[in-house]
Amino acid sequence: MADARGLVKRRAGARLWLSAGWLTLLALAAVFAPLIAPHDPLAQDLFGARLPPFWEHGADAAFPLGTDSLGRDVLSRIIHGARVALGVALIAGTLTCLIGALLGLIAGYFRGWPDMVISRFVDIWMAFPPVLFAILLIAVLGTGLSSIIIAIVVIDWTRFARVIRAEAMSQGAMDYVASAQVAGRKRFSIMLAEILPNVLPTIVVLLTLEMGIAVIVEAILSFVNLSISTDQPTWGSMIAEGRLSIHQAWWVLVFPLITLFLTVLSFSQLGEGLKDHFDPVLR
Amino acid sequence: MTLIRRILLRLLTMAITLFGVAVIVFFVIRVVPGNPIAMMLPPGAGEEDIARLKALYGLDKTIPEQFVIWLSGVLHGDFGTSITTRQPVLGLVLSRLPATIELSVMALVVAVIIGGALALTGTRRRGTRTEGAIDVANGMALSVPDFLWGLVLILLFGVLWPVFHISGRVSPALDLPFSTNFYLFESVLRLRFDIWADLVSHMFMPSLALAIPLAAIIAQLLKQSLKETMNLDYVTLARTKGYGENHVITREALPNAVLPTLTLIGVQFTFLIGGTVIIERLFSYEGLGNMAIDAVINRDLPLIQGIVILFALIFTVVNLVVDLTYAALNPRLRHG
Repeated sequence: MADARGLVKRRAGARLWLSAGWLTLLALAAVFAPLIAPHDPLAQDLFGARLPPFWEHGADAAFPLGTDSLGRDVLSRIIHGARVALGVALIAGTLTCLIGALLGLIAGYFRGWPDMVISRFVDIWMAFPPVLFAILLIAVLGTGLSSIIIAIVVIDWTRFARVIRAEAMSQGAMDYVASAQVAGRKRFSIMLAEILPNVLPTIVVLLTLEMGIAVIVEAILSFVNLSISTDQPTWGSMIAEGRLSIHQAWWVLVFPLITLFLTVLSFSQLGEGLKDHFDPVLR
Repeated sequence: MTLIRRILLRLLTMAITLFGVAVIVFFVIRVVPGNPIAMMLPPGAGEEDIARLKALYGLDKTIPEQFVIWLSGVLHGDFGTSITTRQPVLGLVLSRLPATIELSVMALVVAVIIGGALALTGTRRRGTRTEGAIDVANGMALSVPDFLWGLVLILLFGVLWPVFHISGRVSPALDLPFSTNFYLFESVLRLRFDIWADLVSHMFMPSLALAIPLAAIIAQLLKQSLKETMNLDYVTLARTKGYGENHVITREALPNAVLPTLTLIGVQFTFLIGGTVIIERLFSYEGLGNMAIDAVINRDLPLIQGIVILFALIFTVVNLVVDLTYAALNPRLRHG
């Protein structure tokens, strides 16, 4: 058994570092995008349209990953697209986490009517197809970064609420909570000071997973052309464009797709790695 | 609690949920700033034309009044008239529903086959490199959603090795002799295997994209349950009786290990159906989800309402069926 545990630990460690490494790289690229990107991501050049990536015949070394149908540099657009992707992941993920976890804590610890109300809303939310709900909200709110963030928070709070409610419920049944109640502490302060620290590992794992989901939602909305204005490059809009010119210029689809794939995979593996890390059995 | 009471209680919560969905959709889309009436009118239409059209679609009343009118219509099976196509919403939605049902069921079947095969292979070869490879593949498949798998499949089977159709439900050149919209089902009944092959070729990629994450979940859970069952005494007994490993896994361990997976498949099936919205868009498959996105973009309020309610109805019915099946299959809940 000791051997298997060591293997699981080593594998978990490797994927933690690999995914954290990729995300750090991406974060740096996003922050320093104007300094790193070789070209203006919006600069069009119709004479240099659909240049292939550097290893293909007819490539231009100045555009290592090629250009799209308007002659815009694919690499620069991916680097600038990281700003939107990570920005949405960070802001929408954190807000969703705060609201969802708070509602989950209240429902799970206070039980009674707050739980009834919150759980009923969770049921209703579960009956919506999430992508359709997101598109509907964007159509109502109008396109733009803040609309995307609001849509993600409105749709995904249930992910946190459901899990945290169950955890808070089992924590609330434990002796340490009972003794805090006997000691006459206020219930809200027990919730924040006693229950919250014990469900925090779960919250951190869910938050990491949620960031990956936020990146995907943004890409999907960009893909159906409902994200933010066209003068801000996003991976989703690049993918949508690449999907249309797939037979003429595959690289316009492939490179943003690889970036998106690795990013989503990293958030997810980071979350899973953290879950193992917090797991007392594996530790 | 008897089964009857259980069903009644579930039907009641189902009704509350559906009502909640109806309220939320109805009020959310009436905040829409865009004016659908303005888009329908020819240039130069006067004030009274606008008022007439508004009255026609009931948009001149207050929002709560509109809701009551709409709800009483829905209860009579009248979902209103689509603003863009000017046809009854119910007919439009029902004409697209079979395409989405066929796609979802096909994806479910693919997921069960792949997931089941992986779980059985992983159990048969536990402790070897094969099991390790299956675990890694599962981890990857779980981490990436259907939308991205769809794009990867388009690259693989649409560009690199173009063997499957990349968009649509059926080749437009084909003459369809069908009387329902369940093309796949009817092509089998009418023994038109040429059309069947064309349909499957169109459905291959979207259904596989939907199936990959679910297949991974099935493989993971079933393998876990099998592993636990394989250590039980009765399995050891079967081995000492001299049965081969394949017999022990499929005949002895599997029937006892499969119940948790069945429940999970039911729950996950609703997520799969939700995924059809964007997958249908990605593959230009003419189902409900694709219609929904068009309806949102065209601000076709009655159509959006109808589609969302239908999706919610499907979700809650699937959940109900799963619950009742589980209660029927699990002896501990049958009399509980």
